[in-house]
Amino acid sequence: MNLRLLAWKSLSSRRSTAILTVVSIAVSVVLLLGVEKIRVNAQSSFANTISGTDLIVGARSGSIQLLLYSVFRIGNATNNISWNSYQAIAQKRGVKWTIPISLGDSHRGFRVMGTSKDYFSFYQYGQKRNLQLTYGKPFDDTFDTVIGSEVARSLQYSVGDEVIISHGLVSTSFSEHKDKPFIISGILEHTGTPVDRTVHVSLEGIEAMHVNWQGLVKKRKDGKTLTEANLKPDSITAFLIGLDSKIMSFKLQRYINEYSAEPLLAIFPGIALHELWSLMSVAEQALLIISIFVVIATLTGMLAVSLAGLNERRREVAILRSIGASHWHIMGLLITETLLLTLAGILLGIAILYSVIGLSQPIIETNYGLFIPISLPNEREFIMVSILLLTGFVVGLIPAYRAYRNSLADGMSTRL
Amino acid sequence: MLPSVSKTPLIRLDEVEFCWHAKASPSIKSGKLCIERQEHVFIQGASGSGKTTLLNIIAGIVTPQKGRVEVIGQNFLELKEVQRDRVRADHIGFIFQQFNLIPYLSILENVTLPCRFSDLRRQNAIDRSGSVANEAIYLLNRLYSKSKLDFDHNTNELSVGQQQRVAAARALIGQPQLIIADEPTSSLDYDSRQAFMDLLFDEIKISGSTLLYVSHDPTQKHLFDRVVKMSTISNQGSVNL
Repeated sequence: MNLRLLAWKSLSSRRSTAILTVVSIAVSVVLLLGVEKIRVNAQSSFANTISGTDLIVGARSGSIQLLLYSVFRIGNATNNISWNSYQAIAQKRGVKWTIPISLGDSHRGFRVMGTSKDYFSFYQYGQKRNLQLTYGKPFDDTFDTVIGSEVARSLQYSVGDEVIISHGLVSTSFSEHKDKPFIISGILEHTGTPVDRTVHVSLEGIEAMHVNWQGLVKKRKDGKTLTEANLKPDSITAFLIGLDSKIMSFKLQRYINEYSAEPLLAIFPGIALHELWSLMSVAEQALLIISIFVVIATLTGMLAVSLAGLNERRREVAILRSIGASHWHIMGLLITETLLLTLAGILLGIAILYSVIGLSQPIIETNYGLFIPISLPNEREFIMVSILLLTGFVVGLIPAYRAYRNSLADGMSTRL
Repeated sequence: MLPSVSKTPLIRLDEVEFCWHAKASPSIKSGKLCIERQEHVFIQGASGSGKTTLLNIIAGIVTPQKGRVEVIGQNFLELKEVQRDRVRADHIGFIFQQFNLIPYLSILENVTLPCRFSDLRRQNAIDRSGSVANEAIYLLNRLYSKSKLDFDHNTNELSVGQQQRVAAARALIGQPQLIIADEPTSSLDYDSRQAFMDLLFDEIKISGSTLLYVSHDPTQKHLFDRVVKMSTISNQGSVNL
């Protein structure tokens, strides 16, 4: 006996309620899997933001704060660190490279970061990937700038364009340094990290922006007077350290944290990322719990619809019994119906989820710096969907059992 | 028409006692009934006389607390529920008073439904007409004679008389040995009633099935080989027939 055909016909005859049930299951699937996708990708995009760096050093504050401003360009440093301290630590034995970071300016909403050329050689993200330039070359001149891919995309910049960098972080700042345009020398490849949203200039460039230019404009134009020497920064915001050997990192961390000349803080990026993520995981758990409740509400709705229809179907059950259907057939029919609804809901939900991801991918990436790839469901998502299907089956048992009880009481009586 | 090739009766009820609920008084007590193969029996009884209970027992839907029930050579009290369901699917066709049809299936799907539950009846239909659908169409055409109907159509636009014919075709498909009709004409008007009975008898004569016809209305009893009053089955000291 082909129960699926019977179940399908029965559902088709109640098309509007069946479609509504499927849609509500689909919505809960979108929510459940969507939350999971965002969680997984946020976590991996998080972990991939910085790689190959052994220590991050900044003025003494909290480790998460240091991580946020140095790597994520979120928030501000409470204090700078002096150039001398930076030099002293950078020249310690075992330090392979350092990348200075100087923050505090912006360009049309994107953060400006002063750094050295070492940034292009040593900064790594993802699985130890170095930065690559799609167009142009790293900055060479004081007034050269290298922009991230997202900056170039959203502001439609290309190599050779002039940009005005404003002091402070507001995009429409009144204090724009209009007299000192920077020229784009290169555009970085897409990384999926905050680098994409950063305008990079040399440390000298940062200093140059803040010098009182009244008397120097002419000299700049003939090109010689401004030397690296007189644009040497007094301080930077933070710096990244790469070591010859990881074994040294604890020793160096202790040295930096006990540095006597000024209060400094050195953190391991991996540990700080983990701490930051565990803060976020509260929100993640909350989202997951909400989606589980939505799923429960949906399945309860399906159960209610199924039970409400059961009384009208007593005659149908009696007819099927008289034709020779066993109780197993009757229960199978009702379970098959809920399973079909659940399965259809899951498939529709997955289809909707992927369409939504496909459509909103660029928007999410621009606004939240989060890239969600269209990938096959991972193991966890697969388990979630399987549990949902199993729950659909269990929920189907309830009307099935009720139908069985009804049919025991009714026998073949169809005079209801 | 009396007769039977086989010596064992098709249905034999002996000293049957049945109550729906443990504390209720029995619906049937000391029931005795014996029906031979190919017999056409009219069971007459007012409503509440235990007709439905009797049919449920013969169909194997319920088993009596006491007594002996033999249907088509099977002792129902020794069979498991699923086995009784199988006997019903293979050998019994039902026509009820009304609302016989599954509303979400087409006319043709309703008629062929028993062949989905019984391989035997499917095979019988194929042997006779080449396919289950052909057999269904053959039966429907005979029962409908002149009226032209789209058999793929839904059943909800059919008149009661038309519904009863579809139900008869469904009961007859695959030539079950026993046709049970429970007041099949009580919701029909007089003319339709006559036409329906004629068609039913024609088909049953062709298929050679046994007919068990239950009704409170004695006007049709002249069509049958034998009349059994419900009171003789369900009351104490029932008459052995």
